[in-house]
Amino acid sequence: MIATHTYFVFLLVMAGVTYLLRAVPFILLKGKIKSRFWRSFLAYVPYTVLAAMTVPAILYSTDSVPLGACALVAAVIASLLGRGLVGVAVVSCLTVLVGEYALLLLF
Amino acid sequence: MKFSTGVKDGLPIGFGYFAVSFSFGIAGSKFLAWPLVTLISMTNLTSAGQFAGLQIMADAAGTFIEMAIATFFINLRYSLMAISLSQKVAPSFGTFKRLLLATGITDEIYALAVSQTEPVTARYFAGLMVLPYIGWSSGTLCGAVCGEILPAMVTNALGVALYGMFVAIVVPRMKAHRPTLIAVLIAIACSLAFKYVPALSGVTVGFAIIICALVASLVAAALFPLKDEEGGEA
Repeated sequence: MIATHTYFVFLLVMAGVTYLLRAVPFILLKGKIKSRFWRSFLAYVPYTVLAAMTVPAILYSTDSVPLGACALVAAVIASLLGRGLVGVAVVSCLTVLVGEYALLLLF
Repeated sequence: MKFSTGVKDGLPIGFGYFAVSFSFGIAGSKFLAWPLVTLISMTNLTSAGQFAGLQIMADAAGTFIEMAIATFFINLRYSLMAISLSQKVAPSFGTFKRLLLATGITDEIYALAVSQTEPVTARYFAGLMVLPYIGWSSGTLCGAVCGEILPAMVTNALGVALYGMFVAIVVPRMKAHRPTLIAVLIAIACSLAFKYVPALSGVTVGFAIIICALVASLVAAALFPLKDEEGGEA
């Protein structure tokens, strides 16, 4: 347990930094960026950020790396088959749940 | 672009956030009272940033400076997204509205907003963030209150929901647009290098994500600049 006062300073730092990172660039840029290169760069950013956040982190998000790999493969397949945000999330959760249950029965 | 359209579009994100923040609530309840855990989600609305912040708070040696630096690097990608989103919003989306709604710039809300064909209005964006905000806050609340009851098997399974959502955003675009496929593969290769190459393993997770995204996006922008009609979307 941390002191309530310490918690609030931590909270203020975390929330303050996060807000400024979002708000400052958002209000400073009013016009369109002219450069085709930088527009292209910004268009690629969301996909590359999400990819880097997912791999390899998903492998370590459960107790077993192979199970995390199964969840990733299941999510990619579900997504290729046209499932949406929630559908894909549910498929990956169920994969882990079934996998953990199977491991429990085997060992 | 109506408020109600935004609310409807934000529904799946809201559900997804509930599941993910539920596991954040569970993690936080181990050393914070439930109102304090919930307050973190209500004021931050980030996934990776909050998880890292929680770890720093839980660490007896954690300092405020460390919190500021870690939050800065892990969440720096929101600045890139804010710049990108500013290219996509309607002219009526003014400074005051931007200050009010900036908190809504998350990975998923941003991804959905920039994938619209029309310019994004403040009304639509506000609608878009309503259910994700409620989902994220209430999920944390529920997780913190009743998390300790659930067995680790269930909490583990819920932990991958976040990644499942990321996959659901990235894969359809990789399938439809080859340059995005290549950009994503570069980002993944780079990310794997930070994890498994010993010389690079000292780099923090947040910083590694930024470098991977910058390198992959710069290379893709240089090799495959978008045609003008493709506008702001890759």
